[in-house]
Amino acid sequence: MLRQKLLPVLTIIAAIAVIWYGFTVYLNAPWQLDQYEKSATEWSMTDLVRDTMAHDRPVLPAPHQVVAEIWKTTVKKKVTSKRSLIYHSWITLSSTLLGFVMGTFTGMMLAIFIVENRAMDKSLMPWIIASQTIPILAIAPMIIVVLNAIGLSGLLPKALISTYLSFFPIAVGMVKGLRSPDPMLIDLMRTYNCSRWQLFITLRLPSSIPYLFTSMKIAIAISLVGAIVGELPTGAVAGLGARLLSGSYYGQTIQIWSALLTAATLAALLVIAVNIAAQITQRMMGAPK
Amino acid sequence: MTGLQKLLNAAAALCGFYALVDGFTTLSPALLLAAGLVVVCGMRLSPALAAALPVVIRPQLDLVISLIAACAVLAALQDGMVGAVWGIAIAAWLHGWLAVEKTMADDADATGFNWVVSLGVPLFFGFWLLFFWEALTIGLGIPTVLLPPPSMIGARLVTSTAILMADFQQTFLKAVLAGYAIGCGSAFVVAILVDRSNFLRRGFLPIGNFISALPIIGVAPIMVMWFGFDWQSKAAVVVVMTFFPMMVNTLSGLSAASAMERDLLDTYAAGYWQTLFKLQLPAAMPFIFNALKINSTLALIGAIVAEFFGTPIVGIGFRISTEVGRMNLDMVWAEIAVAALAGSASYGALSLLERRITFWHPSYRTK
Amino acid sequence: MVIKADKLNLDFETNDGVVHALRDLDLEIGAGEFVSLIGPSGCGKTTFLRVIADLETPTGGSIAVNGQPPEQARLARAYGYVFQAPALLSWRTIARNISLPLEIMGLSSGEQQERVERMINLVGLDGFGGKFPWQLSGGMQQRASIARALAFDADLLLMDEPFGALDEIVRDHLNEQLLQLWKKTGKTICFVTHSIPEAVYLSTKIVVMSPRPGRITDVITSDLPDDRPLDIRETPKFLEIAQRVREGLREGHADD
Ligand SMILES: Nc1ncnc2c1ncn2[C@@H]1O[C@H](COP(=O)(O)OP(=O)(O)OP(=O)(O)O)[C@@H](O)[C@H]1O
Ligand SMILES: [Mg+2]
Repeated sequence: MLRQKLLPVLTIIAAIAVIWYGFTVYLNAPWQLDQYEKSATEWSMTDLVRDTMAHDRPVLPAPHQVVAEIWKTTVKKKVTSKRSLIYHSWITLSSTLLGFVMGTFTGMMLAIFIVENRAMDKSLMPWIIASQTIPILAIAPMIIVVLNAIGLSGLLPKALISTYLSFFPIAVGMVKGLRSPDPMLIDLMRTYNCSRWQLFITLRLPSSIPYLFTSMKIAIAISLVGAIVGELPTGAVAGLGARLLSGSYYGQTIQIWSALLTAATLAALLVIAVNIAAQITQRMMGAPK
Repeated sequence: MTGLQKLLNAAAALCGFYALVDGFTTLSPALLLAAGLVVVCGMRLSPALAAALPVVIRPQLDLVISLIAACAVLAALQDGMVGAVWGIAIAAWLHGWLAVEKTMADDADATGFNWVVSLGVPLFFGFWLLFFWEALTIGLGIPTVLLPPPSMIGARLVTSTAILMADFQQTFLKAVLAGYAIGCGSAFVVAILVDRSNFLRRGFLPIGNFISALPIIGVAPIMVMWFGFDWQSKAAVVVVMTFFPMMVNTLSGLSAASAMERDLLDTYAAGYWQTLFKLQLPAAMPFIFNALKINSTLALIGAIVAEFFGTPIVGIGFRISTEVGRMNLDMVWAEIAVAALAGSASYGALSLLERRITFWHPSYRTK
Repeated sequence: MVIKADKLNLDFETNDGVVHALRDLDLEIGAGEFVSLIGPSGCGKTTFLRVIADLETPTGGSIAVNGQPPEQARLARAYGYVFQAPALLSWRTIARNISLPLEIMGLSSGEQQERVERMINLVGLDGFGGKFPWQLSGGMQQRASIARALAFDADLLLMDEPFGALDEIVRDHLNEQLLQLWKKTGKTICFVTHSIPEAVYLSTKIVVMSPRPGRITDVITSDLPDDRPLDIRETPKFLEIAQRVREGLREGHADD
C-alpha cells in the first residue's frame, strides 16, 4: 500500500528536485561566470555550483534558498509583522474562504433553480458556461478599482472575484449530482406519490452530495487563485498576491518563489480540508469507509 | 396556465397598472400603450376570457408584448427613468419570462432537437441581461467610468476595430494559440509515455492533480523575466497552465477502458499500438475534450494576466491595464467582449467537435 | 489434446484473505469436443476459461493449449473468446466491432467485409451492422459479440455464458446454430452455462464444478447421437443425463 502509492510520488518529487537544482546552476551560471571574469578569479566546478546557489536575486533560486526564505518569514517573524508570510497568507486565506462560501451558496442555489425549472435550465446554463469565458482573473484589478469606487473595499472585492470563479464548478457539479439519481428510483418515488419537495429532500439532495464535494475541491482551489490575482494589481499591500507583485517589481525572485510555494501549500491544505469534510459527511451518510 | 405562469402574469399586470396610475400624464404615448397592453393582458387570468379566447394564452402574445414594452423603455431611457418606466421595464421582463415558461411547457413532451428552445431561449435571456444593464446604467445615471452601458461598449467595438484586432492578434492568435497547442500537445505526448509504466503513472497522476489545483498563474512574472516582454513569455505561461490539466485528464482517460475491453484486445494478442489506437485513445476522448475545454479558458486568462507583468504596447491585457488607468472603461469592456467572444467561440467549437467525436458517450447518445 | 490441465491451482490474494478459485483441476479436452462447464455461481468457471485464454496466470499446476503454454497459444491467436458481457466498443458500429479482430490481424478490407457480412447473417443481425451497440437490445449485443468471436475462425472457441441474456426462443435457435456450426467446422468448444438442459443438449462432455474451493466434482460423457433435433430434450436418455448432472451439482452443494 505505502510502497504502491508513496514510492512513485516520492520518486517523482525527488526527480523534480534534482532537475530544479540542475536548472538553478544552468540558469544562474552565465551571470556568475561574468562575475568571475570581472574579478578575474580562478574557479572550479564546485565553486560554480556553490556560488550559483547563493545569489541574492538569482534567475532561478535553489529549492533550499526558497525554503530558507519561507522559514525566515514565517517562524522567525512575528505574525503581525508586515514581512511575515503567515500574515500575508492569512489575508489571502480570509478572502478565499469568504469567496468560497459565497460561491458555494450561489452555485447551489443556481443548480437547484436549474434542476427544478426547465426555463431556468435553458436560459441560464449556456450563460453560466459563457460567464467563465470572460477572463475574470484578467479584469480582476479593474473590478476591484470599480468596487472600491462605489465604496466596497478590503476583503469583499477580492472575495467577489473568488465567488465568481468558484460558483461555476459548484453549479455544474451540483446540477449533475441532482440529476444523478437512477430513473428507476425516481419512478419508485413516483409510485409513492411523493411531492416534488419530498423527492428533492429524500433522493436528489443526498445523491448530489458526492458531486458537491468533488466540485468543492475544485472550487476552493480556484477561489485561492482568485484571491491571489485579486491582490495583484490594485497596489494592494498585503496578501500573497501583493508579495508576488512586489517581488516582481524589485526582481526579488526568492520572494516570488517563496510566495508561490506558500500558495501551493495553502492550496494543498484547503483541498485536504475539503477532503476530510467530505469523508466525515459521507461516513455520516452511511458510506463504507 | 400553471401556478407560476399565473403569478408572473398577475405581477406583470400589477406593474403595468402601477405605471399607468403613476405616469398617466407624464409618460410618452409608446410607454402608455405598452403599459395598457400589459394591463389588458392581465385580464387573461379570468377563466371566462381564457376559455372564450384560447389564443390569449399563446406564448407568442407574451413575447410580442414583452418586446414592445422593452423597446418603448429603451426609447424612453434618455429622458430619465421615473418610477413608472421601471414598472413597465419589469412588466416587460415578466412577460418575457412568461413566454419562455409557456414555450417550455409546450415543448416538454417533444423529443429531438428544438432550435427555438436550445438557441432562442438562451439568446432571449442574453437580450434581457443587456436590456437591464442598459436600463440600469442609463436610468440610474451610473457614471460611465464605473460601468458603461452596452450601447456605448457596442459603439466602441465598431469604432476601434483596428486596435481591437491588433490586440486580438497579439494576445489570442500569437500567445494563446501557440501556448495552447504546445501545452496540450506536449502534455498529451507525455501522458502517453507515462502511461506505459505503472510506476510513473502512479507518481505523475497525484502530482499532476496537485499542481493543477495550484495558482500556477503566479509564474507569470517569472516567465516574463525569463522569456522577455513579447508574446513568447505569454505563450510560456499558457504552456505551463494548460500542461497539467491536459496531462492528468489524458492519463485518467487512457486507463478509462474497462478491464473486459482490455482482456478482449489481449485475446487477439493485439500489440501496444493497436491497443492504444483502437481502444485506449477512443475511450480517453471524453477526458481529453474535458481538458481541452478547461484549457481554452485557462489559456486566455494566462495570456492576459501575463501581459500585466510587462508587454510591448499591444495586447488585450496591456490595453485593459492602460485604459483602466485612463478611465476609458468602454474600451476596457470592448476588450473584455472580444476576449469573451473568442473564449466562447473556442469553447463552442470544442463542444461541437466533442459531440461529433464522442457521440457514443452516454451523455450525448441519441436514441 | 487441445487443452490439458494438470493439478491446476489458482488463488486470488484479496484484502481479506486468499480465495481458492481453482483447486487441483485435472481436465483433458480433445480436438473436436464440445465441453460444457456447469456449476453454481462463483465456482471458478470464468476463472478457468481465463486461465486457458492466458488472461489469468495459475498459481500452481500446469496447463497446455494445443500442447503449448497458453501465452503462446494466445499470441498464435488460437482461440475466440465470448465474454460474459457483450464488451462491445461503444464508438464502433456493430459491423466495425465484428471486424475489430480482423483489423488487428491485418486482413484485407475486402475479406473483412465479406466475413463481417457472413457473421452478421449467421447470428441474425441483418440490417443492424450500421447501428451502434447502445442502440441494440442486450440480447442483440450478445449475438454481436458471438459473431465477433466467430469472425476470425479460430479452432478453439471459449464461450462464457454466451446465451445467458437471451430469451428462450432465440436461445434455442442459437443453440441449434452453434451445434451445426460445431459439426460443420469440427471446432473445439469450451462452453460455460448455468442451464442443465443447455449443457446436455450441446455437449459431448459435461464438467460439473463446485465452489469454495473451485474444483471438478464430476465429468459426464454424453452418448447422445451427434444429430440432435431440439425435441431430443424430451427423450429418456436426455433426461437421464440431465438427472446425473443435477445430482453432481447437488453433491457439490452438500459439503457447504
Ligand atoms: N480478480 C479477482 N480477484 C479476487 N477474486 C476473484 C477475482 N476473480 C474472481 N474471483 C473469485 O474467484 C471465484 C471464482 O470466480 P469466477 O468468476 O470464476 O466464478 P464463475 O463460476 O464464473 O461465477 P458466475 O457463474 O457467477 O459467473 C469467486 O469466488 C470470485 O469471487
Ligand atoms: Mg462467470
